[in-house]
Amino acid sequence: MNRRERAEALLLAHCEAAAQHTPPALRAAQDAGCAVFAAQGLPGVQLEEWRYSSTAPIADFALSALADSDSAAPGASAPIPNSICEVPAAFRDMARPLAASAPALLGALVDVKEHPFAALNAALLQDGLHLRIPAGRELAEPLRLLLPAARGLSNPRIVIEAEPGSRAVVVQEHPAPGAAEHFCNAVTEVQLGAGADMHYVLLQRGNGLLVCNLAVRQERDSHFASHTLTLGGPFVRNDLSLSLAGSGASCEMNGLCIAFGGLLDNHTAVDHAMPQCTSRQLYKGVLGGSARGVFRGRVRVRPGAQQSDAQQSNPNLLLADSAEMDSKPQLEIHADDVKCSHGASMGRLDDEALFYLQSRGLGANAARAMLVRGFAGEMLDALPASLGPILPNFSAQLRECIESALAAEAAQ
Amino acid sequence: MADSPMLQIRKLHARAGEARILRGIDLDIRAGEVHAIMGPNGSGKSTLAGVLAGRPGFEIESGELLFEGAELAALAPEERAREGIFLAFQYPASIPGVTNNYFLRASLNAIREQRGQEPLDAMDFLELAKQKMAQVEMPKELMSRAVNEGFSGGEKKRNEVLQMLLLEPRLAILDETDSGLDIDALRVLAQGVNALRGPGRALLVITHYQRLLDYIVPDFVHVLSEGRIVLSGGKELAHELEKKGYGWLEIAPGESGDSSEASAGSGAQP
Ligand SMILES: Nc1ncnc2c1ncn2[C@@H]1O[C@H](COP(=O)(O)OP(=O)(O)OP(=O)(O)O)[C@@H](O)[C@H]1O
Ligand SMILES: [Mg+2]
Repeated sequence: MNRRERAEALLLAHCEAAAQHTPPALRAAQDAGCAVFAAQGLPGVQLEEWRYSSTAPIADFALSALADSDSAAPGASAPIPNSICEVPAAFRDMARPLAASAPALLGALVDVKEHPFAALNAALLQDGLHLRIPAGRELAEPLRLLLPAARGLSNPRIVIEAEPGSRAVVVQEHPAPGAAEHFCNAVTEVQLGAGADMHYVLLQRGNGLLVCNLAVRQERDSHFASHTLTLGGPFVRNDLSLSLAGSGASCEMNGLCIAFGGLLDNHTAVDHAMPQCTSRQLYKGVLGGSARGVFRGRVRVRPGAQQSDAQQSNPNLLLADSAEMDSKPQLEIHADDVKCSHGASMGRLDDEALFYLQSRGLGANAARAMLVRGFAGEMLDALPASLGPILPNFSAQLRECIESALAAEAAQ
Repeated sequence: MADSPMLQIRKLHARAGEARILRGIDLDIRAGEVHAIMGPNGSGKSTLAGVLAGRPGFEIESGELLFEGAELAALAPEERAREGIFLAFQYPASIPGVTNNYFLRASLNAIREQRGQEPLDAMDFLELAKQKMAQVEMPKELMSRAVNEGFSGGEKKRNEVLQMLLLEPRLAILDETDSGLDIDALRVLAQGVNALRGPGRALLVITHYQRLLDYIVPDFVHVLSEGRIVLSGGKELAHELEKKGYGWLEIAPGESGDSSEASAGSGAQP
C-alpha cells in the first residue's frame, strides 16, 4: 500500500467506527457517504477538479494523526467529533441538532459522488446543526457560528433553511487552531425560500488543513451573497455551488484570499437553471512567497434560462516570482439570450504607486501593505454593515498578516 | 553651515538604463529662494525632479547631490520625504482602494513621527485637512475617494498642492503643477504654494509657462536643455523665453555630455 492507500484505509476505519455511534436518523446519509468514500477514496490529481490540488497533505495528516489511534480495533474508537458549534442564545429557538431533526435537505444539495470530501463528511456524520429561519423573520444581528478549533479531525455539518422572505447574515468562522495538527472538513447546505435574503460569510484564518463545501439552492427572487475570506493556511479548498432554481434569483460570490505559502483553491459553480437570474463572481487573490492559488469558476446556463446575466472576475496580485496562480473559467451556455462575461488578471504591485507613497514618507513595507489593502479593501467593503462588531478584529488581523508577511519577505 | 545652500547639485550625471539624461547639472538652492526650471520637452526636467526625490530607475553616474549637507543618493525616497523634500508629480499615480483621507493621514503621521511629533488622530487630522483644503478650494468629497483615482487633471494637481500644504516640506519641487489647470485654478494653486513660502523653505518650480511665474515669482530662472543648465537669469528671463522660445539659445549638441561649451553659463548662482 502506498501512503495514500494507507491514509484512505485509516480514514475508512474511522468511518466504520463512527458508524457504530451514528444516530438512526442519520444512518442512511452515513451509509451512503461511507459507500462512496470506500469506492472512491481521496481524490487524486488525475481528476480534473483536483488537478492543481494534491491532497497529499491530507493523507499525511491522516497517517500521523489517526495512525496511533485505535484503527486496529475500530469498534473501540471514540466517535469523531462533529464539532457542533455553539449557537448564540438569541438564535437558539431556530436551532436543532441534526440528529434530532434529520431534515430532508440534509445531503440534498451536495452530490457525494462529485465531492469526495462531502462523501467523507457524510461517512463520519454523527450530528450537526440544523437551522430554520422562519418565514419573514429578519435576524437583528449576524448569526455567528464559531467552529471549534479542535485538534485532529473535525467534521462540521450545517443545514440551513431560510424560509420565504427571511433575512439573515450568517458567519461561519474557522478559527486558527494553533500549532496543532488539524483537518476540518465542513459541509454546509443552504436553502433560500422565495424572496429570502442572506449574506454568508466564511472566515478562514487557519494554520490547519481546511476543506469547505457550501451548497446553496435559491428559490424565486431570493438573494444570496457569499463572502469567502481566507487568510493563509497550508491547504484550503473551497467548493461553492449555487443553484439559481427560481426565476429572478440573484447572487454575489465574493472571495478574497491572501497567502504567503500553502495552497488556496477556490472552486465555484453557479447553475442558472431558471430565467432572469443574475450571478456576480469576484474573487481576488493576493499571493506571495511560495503560495499557490487556484480559481476555477464554472457557470452553467441551462436551456430556457433566458436573460441570465453572469459575470465572473478573478484579479490577482502576485507579490513574488515564486507565487503562482491558476485561474480558469468554464462556461457552459445553453441559452441564447444571455449576458456572460469573465476575466482574470495577474498583476504586480504598481511601481509608480509605490514610489508615490514612499515619496510621501511611507516606508517601503508600509507602502506595499497599503497597496495590498487597497486591492483587497473592496472585498471588505462588500460585507454587510451589520458585521461591524466582528470585522474590526478581522480587518486588524488582515493588516497584521499582510504587514508581517511583507516584512518577512523583504528581510529575505 | 548657516549660509551654505539647502540643496547643492554638483556636476550631476544621471542615466536611466542606457539613456544618459542628466549631463552635468550644477545648481545651488538656498533656504528662502524660489528657482524656476524651464526647458524644452525631454530636456530632463522631470528626471532631475525624480533624481531629487529618489525615483527608482535612475542611476547617478557621477557628481554630488547634497541636501542640508547630507548625501541624498544614500537615502530611500521615504527618508528624503521625512527630511523635508517633497515632489508634486507631473503625473501623480492613483491608488485604487485607498481613500485620500487615509493616505494623507498616514503620510502626515509618517512625517510627524520623524519630527518627533505625536500622530494626529482622525478627528484632528480632519480639522487640519479642512483648513488646507479650503486653501486650494478642493471639494471635500475628494477626500473620501480613492487617491487620484478618476480625478480630473486639475483635481490631481490640487491634491498635490494639498499634500504639500499638509506636509510642509523644506524643499518643494513642483513638476508642471500648472499644466492642465484652468486660469482660476492656476491662481488658487499658486496662492496655495505662496502660502508656504518662507525664509526656511525653498521651491523648485518646473514649468513651461511664464504665466505661473507671474503668480509664483521666482528669484532665479534656469533653462535646462539636453541634460544641462544652459542659461540662468532672474525672473525676466522667463518673459524673454516666452517671447523668443528656445531657438535663439545656441544649445550645444549633447554628444559629449560633459563638455562645457554651452553658450550661456553653467547655471550656478548669478
Ligand atoms: N526610464 C527612462 N528610460 C529611458 N529614457 C528615459 C527614461 N526616463 C526619461 N527618459 C528620457 O529622458 C529624457 C528626459 O525626460 P524627462 O521626463 O526628464 O523630460 P522633461 O524635461 O520633464 O520633459 P517634459 O517637458 O515633456 O515633461 C526624455 O527623452 C525621456 O524619454
Ligand atoms: Mg516632465
